[in-house]
Amino acid sequence: MAVTVSIPTILRTHTGGEKSVEASGTTLAELIDDLESRHSGLKDRLVKNGNLHRFVNVYVNDEDVRFAGGLTAPVNDGDNVTILPAVAGGMR
Amino acid sequence: MARYDSLLDALGDTPLVGLPRLSPAENVRLWAKLEDRNPTGSIKDRPALAMIETAEREGRLRPGSTILEPTSGNTGISLAMAARLKGYRLVCVMPENTSPERRQLLTAYGAEIISSPAAGGSNMAVALAKQLAAANPDWVMLYQYGNQANAAAHYRTTGPEILRDLPTVTHFVAGLGTTGTLVGVGRYLREHKPDVQIIAAEPRYGELVYGLRNLDEGFVPELYDPEVLTGRFSVGSRDALRRTRQLLAEEGIFAGISTGAVLHAALAVAEKAAGTGEQADVVFVVADAGWKYLSTGAYGGDLDQAAERLEGQLWA
Repeated sequence: MAVTVSIPTILRTHTGGEKSVEASGTTLAELIDDLESRHSGLKDRLVKNGNLHRFVNVYVNDEDVRFAGGLTAPVNDGDNVTILPAVAGGMR
Repeated sequence: MARYDSLLDALGDTPLVGLPRLSPAENVRLWAKLEDRNPTGSIKDRPALAMIETAEREGRLRPGSTILEPTSGNTGISLAMAARLKGYRLVCVMPENTSPERRQLLTAYGAEIISSPAAGGSNMAVALAKQLAAANPDWVMLYQYGNQANAAAHYRTTGPEILRDLPTVTHFVAGLGTTGTLVGVGRYLREHKPDVQIIAAEPRYGELVYGLRNLDEGFVPELYDPEVLTGRFSVGSRDALRRTRQLLAEEGIFAGISTGAVLHAALAVAEKAAGTGEQADVVFVVADAGWKYLSTGAYGGDLDQAAERLEGQLWA
């Protein structure tokens, strides 16, 4: 089993158009390194100066990793990781 | 006392109701703050009126002024009602893929609507409103995303109401949006309950809404203060819809679709608390009722089909 990662449209140039790819790792940082080894260029779009890019949100099973340790957030086999661009969202 | 001099005075002091059927344990209770019980039926009456009254005090708004605002619905409806009663003209910039009820209501109140492209989502509406504001220097953009009166309205009213009605509150869950509700209520509650958890639920839309978004053009509301939040959930349209229906079926509350997303996050934290055996009183916001979303088909028929229909719409 591995971790399923949903890729937003804007980043699918790195995954050959795939909406969803698999990767492995015990933390988000390891997961991103594993992604980079298969889909070159992704890491640069997600990580800036050792932190998650300001306008990128990453969720492990719907929960934002920024509140769970950021790049050190734990991930487990079977988790769903979703990458999304930041968007103004909500009742306005 | 439930007598008021005018509709504007009937703002706030909304009911907080327990949800005995949806609460996961005897000592883990869910509470709904019914913000649909406001003058135009949404939580947005609080920041809208506060922003207008602040601008009046500062002399930015004078009789006959034109107000401009990027809004996907509820703020516009609140502003339109207040503008009507106070004698202002209102121009709303909203994405074209919002429900027809919101447009009809805005038009009924006399507001003018400028549509922004569906594919650009709310970010595009904000950008277009900023262009219009620059081109029309005499128009007053209240700008809910960066207006401190927005968060201050919740700090002054919503937060104190919750603590007064439920001194044992442990979690507060609301939609992210402008971040005004979470930041304002969160700051107030934290001052009185340092350990309180402040949880955001944000809608996760379909491809159409994110499709053209460039990562370097991301938008974070100026009001947003990450220090206030302790957690954040992204909720897809299927889960939001499922919870909206569950809230109606099990507790009788007919809420808008964004409330389903908020309930989804509230249940996640409540179940986490029940799992570790801790006592919890989880308050979540019912931002509006379901009336404006009936045309989306959200409340009946097959769940998957209804979720699919919602994918391209801004449902929160």
